[in-house]
Amino acid sequence: MRIRLVRSARRCGNGCPRSGGVWWKLVLGSGARGDSPQMPSHPHLATSEWTLDYPPFFAWFEYALSHVAKYFDQEMLNIHNLNYSSSRTLLFQRFSVIFTDALFVYAVHECCKCIDGKKAGKELTEKPKFILSVLLLWNFGLLIVDHIHFQYNGFLFGLMLLSIARLFQKRHMEGALLFAVLLHFKHIYLYVAPAYGIYLLRSYCFTANKPDGSIRWNSFSFIRLISLGLIVFLVSALSLGPFLALNQLPQVLSRLFPFKRGLCHAYWAPNFWALYNALDKVLSVIGLELKLLDPNKIPKASMTSGLVQQFQHTVLPSVTPLATLICTLMAILPSVFCLWFKPQGPRGFLRCLILCALSSFLFGWHVHEKAILLAVLPMSLLSVGKAGDASIFLILTTTGHYSLFPLLFTAPELPIKILLMLLFTIYSISSLKTLFRKEKTLFNWMETFYLLGLAPLEIFCEFVFPFTSWKLKYPFIPLLLTSVYCAVGITYAWFRLYVSVLTDPPVGKTKKQ
Amino acid sequence: MEKWHLMTIVVLIGLTVRWTVSLNSYSGAGKPPMFGDYEAQRHWQEITFNLPVKQWYFNSSDNNLQYWGLDYPPLTAYHSLLCAYVAKFINPDWIELHSSRGYESQAHKLFMRTTVVLYCCCLKEISTKKKIANALCILLYPGLILIDYGHFQYNSVSLGFALWGVLGLSCDWDLLGSLAFCLAINYKQMELYHSLPFFCFLLGKCFKKGLKGKGFVLLIKLACTVVASFILCWLPFFTEREQTLQVLRRLFPVDRGLFEDKVANIWCSFSVFLKIKDILPHHIQIIISFCFTFLSLLPACIKLTLQPSPKGFRFTLVSCALSFFLFSFQVHEKSILLVSLPVCLVLSEIPFMSTWFLLVSTFSMLPLLLKDELLMPSVVTTMAFFIACAISFSIFEKTSEEELHLKSFSISLRKYLPCFTFLPRIIQYLFLISVITMVLLTLITVTLEPPQKLPDLFSVLICFVSCLNFLFFLVYFNIIIMWDFKNGRNQKKIN
Repeated sequence: MRIRLVRSARRCGNGCPRSGGVWWKLVLGSGARGDSPQMPSHPHLATSEWTLDYPPFFAWFEYALSHVAKYFDQEMLNIHNLNYSSSRTLLFQRFSVIFTDALFVYAVHECCKCIDGKKAGKELTEKPKFILSVLLLWNFGLLIVDHIHFQYNGFLFGLMLLSIARLFQKRHMEGALLFAVLLHFKHIYLYVAPAYGIYLLRSYCFTANKPDGSIRWNSFSFIRLISLGLIVFLVSALSLGPFLALNQLPQVLSRLFPFKRGLCHAYWAPNFWALYNALDKVLSVIGLELKLLDPNKIPKASMTSGLVQQFQHTVLPSVTPLATLICTLMAILPSVFCLWFKPQGPRGFLRCLILCALSSFLFGWHVHEKAILLAVLPMSLLSVGKAGDASIFLILTTTGHYSLFPLLFTAPELPIKILLMLLFTIYSISSLKTLFRKEKTLFNWMETFYLLGLAPLEIFCEFVFPFTSWKLKYPFIPLLLTSVYCAVGITYAWFRLYVSVLTDPPVGKTKKQ
Repeated sequence: MEKWHLMTIVVLIGLTVRWTVSLNSYSGAGKPPMFGDYEAQRHWQEITFNLPVKQWYFNSSDNNLQYWGLDYPPLTAYHSLLCAYVAKFINPDWIELHSSRGYESQAHKLFMRTTVVLYCCCLKEISTKKKIANALCILLYPGLILIDYGHFQYNSVSLGFALWGVLGLSCDWDLLGSLAFCLAINYKQMELYHSLPFFCFLLGKCFKKGLKGKGFVLLIKLACTVVASFILCWLPFFTEREQTLQVLRRLFPVDRGLFEDKVANIWCSFSVFLKIKDILPHHIQIIISFCFTFLSLLPACIKLTLQPSPKGFRFTLVSCALSFFLFSFQVHEKSILLVSLPVCLVLSEIPFMSTWFLLVSTFSMLPLLLKDELLMPSVVTTMAFFIACAISFSIFEKTSEEELHLKSFSISLRKYLPCFTFLPRIIQYLFLISVITMVLLTLITVTLEPPQKLPDLFSVLICFVSCLNFLFFLVYFNIIIMWDFKNGRNQKKIN
């Protein structure tokens, strides 16, 4: 708990508001004053670039916040006050994030209860539970995304971790309910829905296994299936029902899944498509130099400009949303099959969840780099269990967190992000190394080299590059380098995790993990 | 976990908290015409860069001493000059003579903050015998963070040098220690609060070694070191007698009065009942404060000279600095930092009382912090510090007589009052009362408006309460010094 207080000390200092969250309160705040909170077809919503694009539960959450907000600063609820920020607004926003983080703290507490304390050392600081709680509560990515960049991910991840903990504790119905609610808060969690679906179907609806671990068809329980379906149905009805009644469902769906937005965000998330884009660019440059390509045929819109628009690749084939969907499904399939045919209880489910999240991150359409947190946070639970998992976790988390650096670009935030990153990285590496000191070393020379390479990269991007002449000609180079470098690391971690999942010996469901 | 990993993490936490606090407002932000300490520091960079050395301390058309004239010793001036060179490299507008007054901008703020962080590294060095937790708590001490990074000053430099001095003396590197301390004094003359214990401790060491042999040699060596370091710092000002005198006049403004503004010392609190400033003539005030100060610190210093030990040295530092703070002339509330530094050093020996003291010291600066709009960082850092101390040292379990070093005292007292066994209880209750009062006063000051007839009511109340607390601590620390080491000769030398 003391850790949280120092964390809020940290967050106090920052004074840079990001208007996105405020805007939604405007819209719904007008509802607080008696107007009806209509969804995106309202003409006022065309006035800002930060429009509602999360499912209805999140909208209701913001609505509730707006009711509290009017005690802090009435002006921020005026729908015409775009980019409004006052110190009271800031105070309210920051406190609301901290307040909702309480759910996250509770979830971490529940997760720690599920951890096996076999490897406990003598001191408190060496116990896996302690290490896990620090890794989760002080997670660098969550800190800067929630408290500086400003979003409400804390309590959403709290919901996810809580549902995972419930599944570990064999309280499947609660886990399913929590996940259904979570889906309607932020639809990005669809990335991991297959893991939930298959696990609940396989390990909950089929109540028993054959001795060798394969499925026993006659143990299927209809009741359980129906109750799960009922939960999902009720939650969806609660959230989408009003909009179905108002005939606004297509509009809602188009806001939630904006396929017009382009393969990559303005800053490429470090996924497979970043590598694809980079390769395309390199090939086009080479092609131009060798006079294999005609300069007039190359489309002018550069992928690396700051706008979010559709574009085309020059050398390699262009990528459509359907292609990304197929790639994602193909990437998810082996882990899902593993979960079905070789169920290993909650731990196997957790690995499948992480793999789904990572695969969707790597191959999804218009992925935001913040989505890496979806994989990093559950992976923390695995990292205190086995040395191999700890090693993968460290690579994933270090590169993932580094890829979040471009989110904070102003000068006052530079020392903060470097300090916090160093803090988290040093702590995680040293604590996990101490925990697993009896086993082989966590990193081989290649991985060490790669991780150490992050430091020169950062120095180049932040300190050297702005003073060189390339800044005007190629302003996107730091972002490109960061994306590509991190994409390599994340892909490598994904690959290693897959290998460890596929090569794990099948274990019967009754064996204690 | 390996020690250096933990130490790095602790340092990083300290740095992070400091930088986050600096993102807040600073002294005199947006308040023309005089602005505040932040502007003072910038102004000094301007003067030292643009004017020749001879004019730094003199009033002239270019250097208006009323507008934040230099009133710290030469080392501060050299330091400002160094910063000015860096400033010139980045953006000359910041230090243009005259035209840059009141210059406020985001980038400039960043630059000033960075310079302070770099000097915070001086404070990192503590005796290696202390545990990591000790380091964490000291680095998290809210008072220093808020004043240096919020209000904006460079106290870390002089306190860092003083710390190096203490470290040197504790490890028997006497010459280096005294050199470091001389540098500290030459940076900020307030370090003179610490000078008597240094002097007595070194003198005691010389006596112990025998004044006819090694002791005498040591004495000569120390004298030479001190004189040499002073000459080095003051060299440009020794050219004329008038220069030296003027600098001294700026450093020790004896015509400014017994106290200024509201400060938690005896004179200010006493003036609630009796306006001393108006009753007594000026020179009598000086004499009275001089007498009281020296009377209150004499016992501890004599004790230290007769029985020099590192532990006694640290405790005497505390009590001397506290005496100076309470009774001296023209004390500022920021001077409590000079007392807090030695208290941080004894944190691991009497965690309960030290934590209590450090909380009170931060509280006593509340009016200043509120003026700078630093309420949020101060509350948060105080809570973080308190929790860190409470957990690292389990302070609430260490309140027995022996833990509080009051055993010998209670034994002596029980000779006269046999039933006096409840000293720890009394102290615990006092702690509770003190904390509750502090919290209440903070809430009142923040939420309510003072009555029209007494606009300074809340600041005066804060000062008064803090002063009472400090008096209690003065008595306590003196008791520890006098009683606990009474039997020091019979026991093994405690380190």
